[in-house]
Amino acid sequence: MSDQTLAQFSMLSLYSAMGVLTLAMLAFAAHLAWLLPARDEAAEHVEEYELVAAGGVSDAEPGPATSAAAYRPGDGELPSRARSAGGIASSLTILGTLLLTASTVMRGLEVHRMPLGNMFEFALTGSTFVMLAYVGWSLRRNLRWLGLFVTGPAVLVLGLAITIWYVDGAELMPSLKSYWLVIHVTIATLSMALFGIGAAVNALYLWQDHVERLGARSFMNRLPGSRQLEKLAYGLHIIAFPLWTFTVIAGAIWARQAWGSYWNWDPKEVWSFVIWVVYAAYLHARVTTGWRRQNAAIIALAGFACIVVNYGIVNVFFVGQHSYSGL
Amino acid sequence: MSGDVVQPRLGLVGWLRWAWRQLTSMRTALLLLLVLAVGAVPGSIFPQRSIDATRTAQWLTDHPTAGPILDRLGFFEVYASPWFAAIYLLLFTSLVGCVLPRTKQHLKALRARPPRAPKNPDRLGASLVETVDGTPDEVLTAWRKTLRAARFRVDSHDDNSLSAEKGYLKETGNLAFHLALIGIIVGVAVGHLWGFKGDVILPEGQTFANTLSRYDTFSPGPQVDAADLTPWTLTLARLDAVFEEDTTREGQLGMPRDFTAHVEFAPTAKAPVEDRTIKVNQPLETGNGTVFLLGNGYAPHITVRDAQGTVIYSDATPFLARDNNYKSVGAVKVPGATPKDLGFAGLFLPTGTITEHGPESMFPQPLDPYLALTVFEGELFPDGAPQSVYELDDSAMTQLRAEGSDQPLRLWIKAGQSIDLPGGRGSITFDGVERWAGLSVRTDPGKSLTLGAALLALAGLIAMLTVRRRRVFIRVSEAEPDAEGRQRTLVRVGALAKDDDEGMTDELAGLAERVKDHR
Repeated sequence: MSDQTLAQFSMLSLYSAMGVLTLAMLAFAAHLAWLLPARDEAAEHVEEYELVAAGGVSDAEPGPATSAAAYRPGDGELPSRARSAGGIASSLTILGTLLLTASTVMRGLEVHRMPLGNMFEFALTGSTFVMLAYVGWSLRRNLRWLGLFVTGPAVLVLGLAITIWYVDGAELMPSLKSYWLVIHVTIATLSMALFGIGAAVNALYLWQDHVERLGARSFMNRLPGSRQLEKLAYGLHIIAFPLWTFTVIAGAIWARQAWGSYWNWDPKEVWSFVIWVVYAAYLHARVTTGWRRQNAAIIALAGFACIVVNYGIVNVFFVGQHSYSGL
Repeated sequence: MSGDVVQPRLGLVGWLRWAWRQLTSMRTALLLLLVLAVGAVPGSIFPQRSIDATRTAQWLTDHPTAGPILDRLGFFEVYASPWFAAIYLLLFTSLVGCVLPRTKQHLKALRARPPRAPKNPDRLGASLVETVDGTPDEVLTAWRKTLRAARFRVDSHDDNSLSAEKGYLKETGNLAFHLALIGIIVGVAVGHLWGFKGDVILPEGQTFANTLSRYDTFSPGPQVDAADLTPWTLTLARLDAVFEEDTTREGQLGMPRDFTAHVEFAPTAKAPVEDRTIKVNQPLETGNGTVFLLGNGYAPHITVRDAQGTVIYSDATPFLARDNNYKSVGAVKVPGATPKDLGFAGLFLPTGTITEHGPESMFPQPLDPYLALTVFEGELFPDGAPQSVYELDDSAMTQLRAEGSDQPLRLWIKAGQSIDLPGGRGSITFDGVERWAGLSVRTDPGKSLTLGAALLALAGLIAMLTVRRRRVFIRVSEAEPDAEGRQRTLVRVGALAKDDDEGMTDELAGLAERVKDHR
């Protein structure tokens, strides 16, 4: 196949992936929404039961612990509508991820290198990593509750990629022609993908924590409890953080090779450093006595905000040696 | 009523001790980390003098009010500013103050035995109680083997119990990580003190010798003696530059694709010359400094003759590229001209054309090179102050006018062309174009230390985040023999993990399963 044909197929595959992932996103949303009515019935039921058990104490409010425990049944007890929406969403996600992966691979074949040379390719590969990580992880545990919060951002990033970041495939400029591109940028992208999923889980944790505190009834009651969400988020971060550390080290080695000095305080380096420090603060905050886990989670979200700045703003608007956005 | 409570006085030592406690606490470390993150940001927003002095000066000119204030606060030299240094020095003091006592403690723990098993180990987080066949000794032996195989350190404080612990590597990794960060700082400091950095612009055909006087700029560390430079030499035979010629891909025409400097290198003054190439991403190691190809441009060869036709200037004159198509600026300074010094300033255009915005270059390759110059006469170096070779100091010069008009004289010279200057001042010839290579020579004796420390930090980080510290305690006691009179033993196992550790229950179950194989 010629490069031009590959380019066409790559874009075709990307558009299809976006369509399929959008449908998956909607199905995941339906899945969450349909968790609710069935739970209302269950809730009323439990409430009655509680009143009887409490011996008619009128000011007995459904405490966070009881409601959280009572309303979190396993997958088997989900309303059938929610269950089928979740099933459809999962299948669509797998299909969309395959199409997205195909698009990335064809883009790489078209340009005869890793597709990591500009903002568009970076967004494409990054979204692919996010989706692959999600699909891979969901083979091991039920993650339908997380689907909306992964497919949604992925579709959003892909939308930005094809509209404002798009550039035609081309050969690289000399400073990017190095095997370190593959090592440094692949790991950076993978790490950002994991930080991204971690941020989604952390945001859900804060939300869940809020819901539990209020004892409110919400579809959130069907999601894992706040404690478990917090642990999941931490698990993602402790994989992503060493990868980010490696990214910074590999970047420094490459910088020495290409620019003569391993650290130049280039804006991109500054922000990579800031990200590293903020996530280091998150890891410390988690084990600091007297610091609430919620505040640690907020620091981690701030870290992800720095990643967004590093990628979306520094690449495009700051003058530096990492100006490879192609825009 | 004597309600006054007499507080014990802290005294100076007490206060110092209190301050040290505060500084080395985790809370302070956390706060300093956050402050460090915030403190690093301005350096990416404001231009930094050490990175781009021209942009910094421009920013100061554009912001006459805010500029000087920010400058005084160190915002254009953030990473060398006292307040930034204060943040990281406090952070590292806090780190040392926290890590050293912990290292001492950990070294002790590494040599210590796991603590005595509690009376009722089955009351711990994860537990297991069962009655099995065999004597208590047999059961303990089986558990001991199993735990050893699972890389636990096993000990017993009495005959009917076992204490086991594993995961010392977690704390080892944690300490290694933090101590390695100090190694990184030391490596950076070594590079700063004993490293040097020098830049030179070398036109094709010319030779550079590694001596102080040959550098255009040279920034040595405080401990560097420029007399110690090894006198290797390097001749730029040719510089190849490739630019995108494919017109079908949007926005790619003229983008750089490859730069290769073909050089003749001699490691010492007397050593034979070797042919080498330097590329971006492929520097040349000389043994005393690494040579990087960091820039390139054009050096039009220009000859100036006086009215008699005598050559008074003839040289490849480097011009600095200002855009992607190598529209370049430069100056020609001819001190020996009569009646007064002559100066030419203007543009070099590799593929020149005149547009409504003035002279522009259409493509980075020298397909149709032009010079666009204006001419000055007067005093070139009025106060003897150092000046840029790419700019003309026209403070003591007057611009030549076109004959019969008050418009400045503009020369538009095609390669190979000669133009006579008005008023019998001679002529200027644009002989041809050569390329120059922007070479940077650098040494950093601290870089291996920095890299080694960084890799150690990474290894420590991985160990710290993945290894789990777990303790297992076992107590056995004789149980009622079974129906056939065989001895039975009651085993009570408890397991304890540091931090949240959901896997502890699984590990205990796995151990119990494997114990059966050892029986």
